[in-house]
Amino acid sequence: MSDAPLIEIKNVSHTFQTAGGPLQVLDRLNISVKEGGFCAVVGPSGCGKSTLTRLVAGLLKPDEGEVWLHGEQVKSPRATVGMAFQNPVLLEWRTILRNVMLPLEIVPTKTSKAEQEERARYLLNLVGLEGFEDKRPSELSGGMRQRASLCRSLVHQPDVLILDEPFGALDAFTREDLWQTMHKVKEQEPFTGLLITHDLRESIFLADQVVVLSGRPAHAQYVLDVPMDGPRDLEHLYTHDAAEMLTILRHQIEIAQGRAPEGSPAEPA
Amino acid sequence: MTFQKVFVPIIAIIVFLLLWEALVWVMGWPNYKMASPSDLWPAYVKYADLFLINGWQTLWRTVAGLGLAIIFGTAVGMIMGFSKIMREALYPLLVGFNAIPKATVVPIVALMFVGMHDFNTVLIAFMISFFPIAVSVSIGLSTLEPEYRDILAALGANKVTIFWKIALPKTLPEFFGALKVSVTLAFIGTNLMEIVSPHGRGLGALFDSGKTNSDYPLMFAVLIALAGLGIVLYYVVIAMEKALAGWAVRD
Repeated sequence: MSDAPLIEIKNVSHTFQTAGGPLQVLDRLNISVKEGGFCAVVGPSGCGKSTLTRLVAGLLKPDEGEVWLHGEQVKSPRATVGMAFQNPVLLEWRTILRNVMLPLEIVPTKTSKAEQEERARYLLNLVGLEGFEDKRPSELSGGMRQRASLCRSLVHQPDVLILDEPFGALDAFTREDLWQTMHKVKEQEPFTGLLITHDLRESIFLADQVVVLSGRPAHAQYVLDVPMDGPRDLEHLYTHDAAEMLTILRHQIEIAQGRAPEGSPAEPA
Repeated sequence: MTFQKVFVPIIAIIVFLLLWEALVWVMGWPNYKMASPSDLWPAYVKYADLFLINGWQTLWRTVAGLGLAIIFGTAVGMIMGFSKIMREALYPLLVGFNAIPKATVVPIVALMFVGMHDFNTVLIAFMISFFPIAVSVSIGLSTLEPEYRDILAALGANKVTIFWKIALPKTLPEFFGALKVSVTLAFIGTNLMEIVSPHGRGLGALFDSGKTNSDYPLMFAVLIALAGLGIVLYYVVIAMEKALAGWAVRD
């Protein structure tokens, strides 16, 4: 792993034309994530977090600024990106296995059908879905569907994984299970991650870098480096260090929401 | 399961026929006022050839009209589903067209294509049945959640691929819902042409000849034959739905 940034968001501004007039969501946003890094982006509701994922995925072109992946400017979608959303969007008419294999029907690949299936089965096994390969999505619980969605986002071995609040709709226990699954997956299937979340505990548990976005139009208001050495367990969330980081992030969110004066005591020393 | 699915409907039909028979018997109606099921059988036997020939004519023209409705309705639905401008442009036109009673169109079509009876009939069956298909396909496509598109678009898939792999299969349940409505509508269209503008073909013409000859049992026999054909076609659609969109059906 080199220290050169793999995801670079440089001075990106973006405005939507809405019925109520132009709405600027991003204002000279800068984020960089090194190879193998995992960046969590938190911020107030409606501050443009999902717009950010679409920009990085190349589904949207920024009005100003540039997005770079792997030292190349992003101008259109690329097969080296995997995406998962809050809505697992599994295709109801396919089995779980065939859902996971969907990206391989789009991405050019030299592997045989059998190898592809083997890879999908391996990923399902990794996230604890062995035995569910031939089930339909409607037969799975919300957490299991999200696990299947995660497998689909990884099946074509992307370098970059974009996660747009993938655990947002799950109950607290299922969510914590999935956090641990994420660590396991990252260990086996290294990727550079960009996670959008509303959950501060999730951000410091999964990421090695947490970016707090300001209110709309959003810029990077604060960046927190989280010491991370390999997978961790949930105990980490109950340490003094974790409590301190959460206090800082909580305070930054309040500033972003315009509810706290800057420079109050919780500001890091 | 099979008992419930096969025998229960059959028993219901038998009960219906018995009640009908009893009603006519109790009221003491002569068969020129209301025919009873026991009057129908002789009619079927007597005109067996006519029922077969005309039934077939009604059937194939209905299926042809419905086929056109599926092709045209899906195409219009796709245009309206993918383009907001086209949706806004075509909706009022479609609704207006659908609001015109097709019985008023029959004489116009009959005059426009004088002598082309098969064509006329197929045309009316088509005109009356494409609307639900067009609307359902356009709604199915235009309400596709953006994430469904994004999971493939993010990998560089083009619009055609997204349509075949996601938009089309996802719209199938709505499509079949509409097709169930359209199949009976197409029947009404065919018979409308056959009855309003008689040209000696189809069950509608047989009905018309029953009317002319005051053969009430024949008229009722035609109605029941139409109902029978309608049920058969409806269940063909159900079978297709099961094969193509069975994943959406929850027992």
